[in-house]
Amino acid sequence: MTERRFPARAWFTAFRGIAWRETLRFVQQRGRFLAALVRPLVWLFIFAAGFRAVLGLSITPPYQTYVLYEVYVTPGLVAMIQLFNGMQSSLSMVHDRETGAMRTLLVSPFPRWFLLGSKLMAGVIVSIIQAYTFLAIAWFWDIRPPAWGYAAVFPALVLSGLMLGALGLFLSSAIRQLENFAGVMNFVIFPMFFASSALYPLWRMNESSPLLHDICAANPFTYAVELIRFALYGEMNWLAFGVVAGCLALFFGGAVFMYDPAKGLWARRKERG
Amino acid sequence: MTTDALRITGLSHRFGSVPALSDVSLTVPRGSFTALLGVNGAGKTTLFSLVTRLYSNVSGSIEVAGYDVRRQPAQAMARLGVVFQSRALDADLSVAQNLAYHAALHGMGRRAARDRIAQVLAQVDLESRAGDRVSALSGGQQRRAEIARALIHRPDLLLLDEATVGLDVKSRAEVLALTRRLIASEGVSALWATHILDEIGPDDALVILHKGRVLQSGQAAAIAGPAGLTQTFLSLTGAAA
Repeated sequence: MTERRFPARAWFTAFRGIAWRETLRFVQQRGRFLAALVRPLVWLFIFAAGFRAVLGLSITPPYQTYVLYEVYVTPGLVAMIQLFNGMQSSLSMVHDRETGAMRTLLVSPFPRWFLLGSKLMAGVIVSIIQAYTFLAIAWFWDIRPPAWGYAAVFPALVLSGLMLGALGLFLSSAIRQLENFAGVMNFVIFPMFFASSALYPLWRMNESSPLLHDICAANPFTYAVELIRFALYGEMNWLAFGVVAGCLALFFGGAVFMYDPAKGLWARRKERG
Repeated sequence: MTTDALRITGLSHRFGSVPALSDVSLTVPRGSFTALLGVNGAGKTTLFSLVTRLYSNVSGSIEVAGYDVRRQPAQAMARLGVVFQSRALDADLSVAQNLAYHAALHGMGRRAARDRIAQVLAQVDLESRAGDRVSALSGGQQRRAEIARALIHRPDLLLLDEATVGLDVKSRAEVLALTRRLIASEGVSALWATHILDEIGPDDALVILHKGRVLQSGQAAAIAGPAGLTQTFLSLTGAAA
């Protein structure tokens, strides 16, 4: 296997380089960091506060007692940060492709799955920083999961971030131009977020519309939300774990396929010269 | 045994039903400057995309420094430096940051990368601009920075796809002269794709590509003959039109 010619240190160096570039770009785009935080905070401070009086919630696992709507909605908002971050990564990939930076990445001697995986992981690191910053602000809003929940949610954030990032990566291979990104907002982000358990529990959806419940139950984002929700309270939701891990494999496999020179995207592109 | 820097044998490629390259064979000997001459749409960029694995070759073979790009991609790509037709530097990062990123993509450690960045920037006369953002450089300087980036991992072969496009006459001459100098100083070989006949010297190796086929290859002076390169090129491509 030709990939073995690189020592382990070289693989790490390549990963570190990709992560470093993503972090540099993130630091340079402070507006992106603020936007990523303001969005869920607006939902928490305004939307959730307003709905607290309207929406009553029965005791729903993993909660042991009645909880305020803000408490219920917080894991969904954390997942929302990761969803937007994943789509932002998708946007960044399309931008890189248009500016030519993607070629620099793809002509590296490291295998393509590793390069895409490193880029994916770098995006997840950024999303986790955003998620913890949001949880820290939410703590001051009296949303206080158990202290060890903050540690327990870390692997859940890694997995859900990878899954949503891989979805973004896969979508980026299908988006031809940056202008098409509005379509991603309308057809991916909003339906995924609203048709999930982020804002309401599935049993409540079922009461109003069994069809909507089924749609939400088929939405991978629902399982990312539940994985985070349970982990934040120190519990494991195995169904959510299985669905998120399976979708990660599916989306990442699709992205690697689409970026394969013999198949997907690059095989269909034609350039002048 | 000395292998060629690049050896392409019987390479064909299609976009759907449209043939882009048909049975292309060419070699770039070690230490040579080989010009790949062709009008827009001749297939130069497609050829480069196949060599760099942005596309996959399904018929024919491509060897970089003796390594088959399909069967031994890591070894082949490690010996390849590329300057793309469209600019591929990150405009928001500094010149040194761009080079450091590229060094990391080739698995170079930080210290080795730092030393090598200083070395290649000196070679392209951009040491004083190392900390500047790429967006602050002129077109010619950006091209030189791209050449520095392509050299960072000490490749055997430099692929330059219309590297002077969009540059003024002075910058064009500088980039061309720099590439020729690097062949001597770095011991690298270069495949220089162009549609500008002035960029080809009489002693250069020349491959004329037209409509995806190699029409002629050999020393430029021998191909040009008494009629001169322009006349010969027009005659060849006119006959093939």
